[in-house]
Amino acid sequence: MSVPMPASSSSTLPSGESRLHPFLATRSSLNLRRRLVNALIVLFTTLAALFAAGLLIYLLCYVLSQGLRYINLDFFTQLPTPNGEPGGGMGEAFQGSLILIALASLMGVPLGLFTGIYLAEFGRGSFAQGVRFLVDVLNGIPTIIFGLLAWVLIVIPMQSFSGLAGGFALGMIMIPIVTRTSEDVLRLVPRELREASLALGATEARTILQIVLPAARNGIITGVVLAMARVAGETAPLLMTAFGTTFWNTDVTQPMDALPLRIFQFTLSPYQQQVNQAYAGAFVLIVLILLASLAVRLATGGFKQR
Amino acid sequence: MSQERVSLSKARQQWIGWQRILRVQRPGDLFFRGITLLFVLIVLGLVAGTAWILISNSLPTIRRFGFSFLTNKAFDPVHDVYGVLPAIFGTLMTSAFALIFAVPLGLGAAIFLVDFCPRSLRLVLAFLIDLLAAIPSVIYGLWGFLVLAPWLHNAGEPWLQQHLGFLPLFAGQPEGVGYLGAGIVLTMMILPLIISVSREVMLVTPIAQREALLALGATRWEVIRHAVLPFARVGILGGVILALGRALGETMAVTMIIGNQANEPSLSLFTPGYTLASVIANQFGEATPGLFLSAIIEAGLILFIITLITNILARWLIASLQRQAQGSRGGRP
Repeated sequence: MSVPMPASSSSTLPSGESRLHPFLATRSSLNLRRRLVNALIVLFTTLAALFAAGLLIYLLCYVLSQGLRYINLDFFTQLPTPNGEPGGGMGEAFQGSLILIALASLMGVPLGLFTGIYLAEFGRGSFAQGVRFLVDVLNGIPTIIFGLLAWVLIVIPMQSFSGLAGGFALGMIMIPIVTRTSEDVLRLVPRELREASLALGATEARTILQIVLPAARNGIITGVVLAMARVAGETAPLLMTAFGTTFWNTDVTQPMDALPLRIFQFTLSPYQQQVNQAYAGAFVLIVLILLASLAVRLATGGFKQR
Repeated sequence: MSQERVSLSKARQQWIGWQRILRVQRPGDLFFRGITLLFVLIVLGLVAGTAWILISNSLPTIRRFGFSFLTNKAFDPVHDVYGVLPAIFGTLMTSAFALIFAVPLGLGAAIFLVDFCPRSLRLVLAFLIDLLAAIPSVIYGLWGFLVLAPWLHNAGEPWLQQHLGFLPLFAGQPEGVGYLGAGIVLTMMILPLIISVSREVMLVTPIAQREALLALGATRWEVIRHAVLPFARVGILGGVILALGRALGETMAVTMIIGNQANEPSLSLFTPGYTLASVIANQFGEATPGLFLSAIIEAGLILFIITLITNILARWLIASLQRQAQGSRGGRP
């Protein structure tokens, strides 16, 4: 700190002295500048926060209020009408999203969970450190890369876009999220619990499966829900894998629709009816993610002061 | 009878030997460890496989064009000539635009959240920011395409041209879609990420350092300037690079508003363009086996390498801050 601290200057002045000490004068002007800078910074950061929050709240409210107008029962149960005729919905997109998320979970949850168990329970040394680092890096890879991977691995050899390829791409995205959250919550389980179980003669495997995992159950479920919410909104990797369709489809070897994919295609549609449905789809997607975030917050007690 | 006992004890001895090596007590434990390790190896294999698939499938264009793939302007299936210069330029241009606006805004908002914000508002805002970080990119794209692009076309860009048209940034025909729109949408998308990472690293500043400065008579800004920022600097940089990685690889929102044209690289923000990710998203549908397919995958490979480097750098910076913070206890004022 470059601020001079003339702590003794005022106390050395005679009490009757009316003339200001020269040093005291510079101190007060210095203080004024410091306080001004402080006030300006407070003002700037407040404005920055208000602007950022305002911009994002505006976007959220705009999309939500537009979407709400076009929500009805048909929207969830009907197929899209051809050429923007009135009515219809995007039922096949909900169906497809459910199947795709289930497929992705089938791949991402076991891989992520066991990798998390390995890192939390056995992961010491540079190998585990390397795995941890790699998983973090995997989390930052653009999701379209995994779409490209599934495209080359599954779509091109099978000569057909398919739900299977979409599920594979989404599963790759789930792995790092599930891994990191399960590792974190497993580490939170008290060591005494493990030691008590081992002292009673339980094996290491039994301790982990029957004591540690149940103790961390809520946290692990939280991680899985977060990962599902994340992939529920992914569009890019599905473009070249699940591709989309406007018909009911449960065959995973055929093109399959997904909610974000339908929103994307209807947003670019020339028909106002389909644009409206894109807003409605966006509304549903935002609400789903809001609910997942709230559930996660409540489950982990995130609203309490950290 | 006695022979069986001998062989049993031999097996037992071998097992004790293995126990020493693997430091496990029972065969079941060994099996369980083996299973978890197997899953780890599968994950590692998938990552390595991703890299290998991208490299092996882009070999045709790598062999054919070499480095000229990076400097070639045309992405032309008709003449079988491919290059991604416009896409690389567009990727860097839009990401730079987003960082220029999102970093000061995000940092300011994070400082406000950590130090100046009333306690009651703090949790609500923090939750909102985390929620916004989770909004899918297709939502931003929808807003960008349906609201922002028409507004830029009719009002925003003509206004900029009228008042700042002498700058090369605002030259050219206002089209609505282009670098400007993509940059704005990217700014909004990485803003929550920058705020939440900066906020988290600022929260781990040792409380003793804050109190020491306050005791010396420092103003609240001086506490931030001399105690919080020097401590959090590395982590904030890591967060910014993380956000850069997100911006570089963002596909949907950018594809929906950037215009998707392989134009000459130009400084004008009004130009419709391409990014690496949007080339992939736009071209895969027509891809025919051979050079075309290989060109798309090489675009993906370049994107993969760029984001790999930014992410490794970001994680390394954040990890080095965490190591530094381990000794001292963090806390809020």
